[in-house]
Amino acid sequence: MTTSQPAGPVLDSDAAPEGARKIADLKPDLLLTGEHNLCPGCGEPLAVRVYLEALQELGVSRETVMVAGIGCYTMFTGTVDLDLVQALHGRAPSVATGIKRMLPDKVVFTLQGDGDMVNEGLQEVLHTAARGERVTCILLNNGVFGETGGHMTATSVLGQRTKSSLEGRDAEYHGYPILIGDLVSRLQGAAYVARGSVHNAGAVARTKRMLRRAFETQLAGDGFSFVEVLTMCPTGWFIPTADGPDYMHETLGEVHVMGELKVDGMVKTTEELHAENVRKQHEVEAELERGGVDL
Amino acid sequence: MTATTAVRDERRLMEGSEAMVEAAIAAGCRFFAGYPMTPFTELLEHFARRLPEEGGVCINAESELEAVGMAWGALATGARAATGSTGQGLSLMQESFSEITLAELPLVVFNMARGQSDYFQATRGGGHGDYRHIVLAPIDIAEAVELTQLAFHLADRWRSPVLIYGDYLLAHVTEAVSVTPFSVPALPSKEWAVDGSLGGTGRSRSISPLGLGKHGHPGPGIERHLRAIAGKLADIEREEQRVEHAYTDDAETVVVAFGTPARFVRYVVHQLRADGEKVGYVRPISLWPFPSAVVADASAGARVVATFELSAGQMIDDVRLAVLGRAPVVRLGGISTDGSGFGVGALLDAEVVRDRILALHRGGPEAELPPLPVNERG
Repeated sequence: MTTSQPAGPVLDSDAAPEGARKIADLKPDLLLTGEHNLCPGCGEPLAVRVYLEALQELGVSRETVMVAGIGCYTMFTGTVDLDLVQALHGRAPSVATGIKRMLPDKVVFTLQGDGDMVNEGLQEVLHTAARGERVTCILLNNGVFGETGGHMTATSVLGQRTKSSLEGRDAEYHGYPILIGDLVSRLQGAAYVARGSVHNAGAVARTKRMLRRAFETQLAGDGFSFVEVLTMCPTGWFIPTADGPDYMHETLGEVHVMGELKVDGMVKTTEELHAENVRKQHEVEAELERGGVDL
Repeated sequence: MTATTAVRDERRLMEGSEAMVEAAIAAGCRFFAGYPMTPFTELLEHFARRLPEEGGVCINAESELEAVGMAWGALATGARAATGSTGQGLSLMQESFSEITLAELPLVVFNMARGQSDYFQATRGGGHGDYRHIVLAPIDIAEAVELTQLAFHLADRWRSPVLIYGDYLLAHVTEAVSVTPFSVPALPSKEWAVDGSLGGTGRSRSISPLGLGKHGHPGPGIERHLRAIAGKLADIEREEQRVEHAYTDDAETVVVAFGTPARFVRYVVHQLRADGEKVGYVRPISLWPFPSAVVADASAGARVVATFELSAGQMIDDVRLAVLGRAPVVRLGGISTDGSGFGVGALLDAEVVRDRILALHRGGPEAELPPLPVNERG
């Protein structure tokens, strides 16, 4: 973002208040170590951070079971300080179902990637949602098989170049991306469905609220809850590390649009979220033309 | 360790499927997930009716893949849980059987098979990787009641899956049985199970097929883990062989058979002995581990060893490995089914079995056997 005037008070970074620390330097309590071996610029550690913070804020650290899928994020199974079960690629929702049915008072959630959930295990997440299973499924969506080195998934957007769509995803040849949040939100058993992102600080904060809301939905026994989080994968997108957030916002984020898809029984489609975003953008632009936004 | 509920202990007429479900419940099974498929379907029906009455859960899963996944999750909490299908449905579950073995979870699986052609699938570790699991093959409903309860015990004792190999007859025949709770030694409590209570303590648990632990106590790693599993399976192979045999000391013809067909073989062999024919039988109760030593002993003085199995010949491989050339090994059985492919063919008939055993016994290993009876109804 380029603005000449910063919006709000700014600390002189050379003279931070005593005791102040950057958020990025803090390790969530539910991580055993801040170290990880994922690529520079990867968005998954951010997503892991926000769901761990959400769980801790809700005070359920000691009554939560995590079910991990298989992908780059599986690395965190060794460092997340939660009771957890490792599932097969695609199969986490059924494992979570078995856990929840035996431990109905505990918070049970899955952590899966787009290859895991939307390719291999699509029927798992859909049926779990349709059953209204009181679990939360978290999707880390980067539109690519990162762990295998950059291959097309069911959520890769049209035009996206991967090692299995060398000239870019072509609808004629490769088919269209699946907007999983829209599929889930139409199912009666799904109580809360949202799509977040970690491409900037505002999105991270908003995604954390979504995750809190999803876990709260589960705790209230209202049904299935689902949060998709768009995460950067500059390695798998074959772009410079620092370009990840903007690239994601402009490609993946244009198709898998951020927002709440289902709240209290009200469904919004991705198209409607997109239209809302465009309208808001126009409003902001109009405000700016009139002399600026009142922050 | 697992709560045992009061069971109706008077004998009553029960279909095999119902008896196995009552036995599972008596053993403390509180979770079942399955997908209907003939001839397994009635197990699912009985679990669906009975588990909620016992405070348990039965889910009609969207596919066999999810059924085994749900059981996996229930097992991870320390509950006794099971799934099942026919061999076809179990084909879909094999990836999970392999990984559940590696994750050391005590799954019980019911295969109400169409014939006996799932022997390889059951005994070889039907999925990827270096694994096997215990396979128990009841001969009748009374034994199925006992072996079902034993299956849950062995699964917990070894933290490894156990499969019950049944068939159309076992699942559908009605007999007078009583589900008497099976007495077993107490097992240690499941401290490995997850209940969500250790998050944020630095001691949180992980149930993983990969041998991975957590930062600070990282687990054995994949190579050591796989070797440890292989070592455990070798212990199971040594300790869990179960077998019944008769007249093998002086038998010239030894017939090896398992499950329902063994009931016919046992009956016929007793008849032939009464007639003075030197025949004997070996009935593996555990198909894996295969009771090789008993089969080897039985073959020591025999002129011929035969298998009677309802398949093109699968267990015969294990019999040959056990016999190791001490006697010729031949097939007495074969593919035999009703028109649906689910049920019992014309080969499963005491007279037919008797004619085949007798022809072999009289003619020796080169004997020409009567042709396999054909299901004329197509």
